[in-house]
Amino acid sequence: MSSKDAMLVPRPEIHRHLVGSEAFGVIEKPLSTFERLYNIGALRKAVILVVLAVVWEVWGRILNNDLLFPTFLATNIAFIKGIASGELLIKLWASLKVLFSGYAIGILLAALLTAASIASRVGTDFLETLTAMFNPLPAIALLPIALIWFGLGNGSLIFVLVHSVLWSVALNTHSGFLAVSDTLRMVGKNCGLGGFAYVSKILVPAAFPSILTGLKIGWAFAWRTLIASELVFGVSSGSGGLGWYIYENKNQLEITNVFAGLFMVILIGLVVENLIFRVIENRTVRKWGMQH
Amino acid sequence: MNPSHDITDPAGPLLDVRGVTLQYKTKEHLVTATYRVDFQVFKSDRYVLLGPSGCGKSTLLKAIGGYLTPTEGEIRLKGKVVVKPGPDRMMVFQEFDQLMPWKTVKQNVLFPLTASGKLSGRAAEDKAMQYIEKVNLTKFVDHHPHMLSGGMKQRVAIARGMAMEPDVLLMDEPYAALDALTRRKMQDELLQLWDEIHFTVIFVTHSIPEAIKCGSRILLLSPHPGQVKAELASVPRDSADPHAAQALETRIHTMLFADAIEDTGEVQHV
Repeated sequence: MSSKDAMLVPRPEIHRHLVGSEAFGVIEKPLSTFERLYNIGALRKAVILVVLAVVWEVWGRILNNDLLFPTFLATNIAFIKGIASGELLIKLWASLKVLFSGYAIGILLAALLTAASIASRVGTDFLETLTAMFNPLPAIALLPIALIWFGLGNGSLIFVLVHSVLWSVALNTHSGFLAVSDTLRMVGKNCGLGGFAYVSKILVPAAFPSILTGLKIGWAFAWRTLIASELVFGVSSGSGGLGWYIYENKNQLEITNVFAGLFMVILIGLVVENLIFRVIENRTVRKWGMQH
Repeated sequence: MNPSHDITDPAGPLLDVRGVTLQYKTKEHLVTATYRVDFQVFKSDRYVLLGPSGCGKSTLLKAIGGYLTPTEGEIRLKGKVVVKPGPDRMMVFQEFDQLMPWKTVKQNVLFPLTASGKLSGRAAEDKAMQYIEKVNLTKFVDHHPHMLSGGMKQRVAIARGMAMEPDVLLMDEPYAALDALTRRKMQDELLQLWDEIHFTVIFVTHSIPEAIKCGSRILLLSPHPGQVKAELASVPRDSADPHAAQALETRIHTMLFADAIEDTGEVQHV
């Protein structure tokens, strides 16, 4: 080497023979039973639930006051009784029916709004202005107006539900569309797509992670809003929903039933979040590697 | 010169770019990307647009793709003026996210065939499989793109473009995001495919060796704004002279960098 590299330590090159992989012995070693169990998410969560239930039970027994804080067991008994008598299920069904109609109408309107926002810049401005105005407005705050417009009944409930679903779904879908990469847009145009085909075959699937987030947020808002509104006026036509069940039992000081009602509200929340939305996620965005 | 040459004339150019000036707007400026560029691409050309960053070569390719309209001049494909994107000019991008993540390899290749209405059902599927086989991805037909390496994703994109059997395949620095080893392998594969099908391709690159290796004709563009400096014939692939490529590389390098341009760094061009 030239004098430029004179400060380097001179040494010979190294060549080695590689050892065949059969000579290594163990390369993979199975995990221990504990490690494998610890890797199951559902199991970890189940353990947390059990711990919470135990804490609840112990605390309830220490307080020993069914009017303030019924125990876990007492709540479960009330819950099972409620289901056995059919009353809880009827209330649940009443709630879900309203929920589904409100949710569906909300999504439909959100689709129309975002379609308008794709079609023109005025549509975009319209959507952005409306969501900026109404998204922060709690649905419950609209109840008095809903009562005046639609009276005591499902109409008012659906109105507030639509309000709680519409903006979060529209906002997320819209921002999802905006985030679709230029490259994918150009691929779509390259294939000669335009109009509805372009939206349904490129934009919607590409924005699906955001859309799904919108649907999840919308669902959570809707469920909360529904129960809260029913607490105010679930009494219409003699068959109120879960919120009314809770309110009614509170008035009769059946606090274990109140807890059973709350239990049902939580249970439905968990089922929708962890079963329905999880399955949709696993079959779509996770499978596509768009979300981990 | 007859501007509307005979469309059916097999000896005429497939793609005719005449006096094309391209401009685009950023938030504050109106940028001229290319100024009065002329060139012609003939059937089965491996036509390379070569130049340093900022010479508007990608913008020019996007204009051929129909994504932007020239402010001056016109681009004709088989005699027809290019006005919008279409499946007769399939584009392969540099970005790995050009594949639709919600579709498998096969569905991705199938997509333009069915979406454009070119083929359907069994015929489309056979065509897709035929080209997936050509890029050696038969084993991965049912994989989703996120499970593939960068090189494999680009192969899928190339298969997708070629399965449409477009008049011209447009490749926008398709290998720029790949590592050097994969890149070389992909270049070899592209040439092998060309030996089989003799497709027409316009290939954008800023690598002089890549241009010489992959191209049959090389268009040299100068930067800010892009203007045609020369159109060279590349070294024949069966050339007996082992130093020919090296000589051409030096020649191109001198032509491009003779008048020392200040390097403004990588400009993000649309």
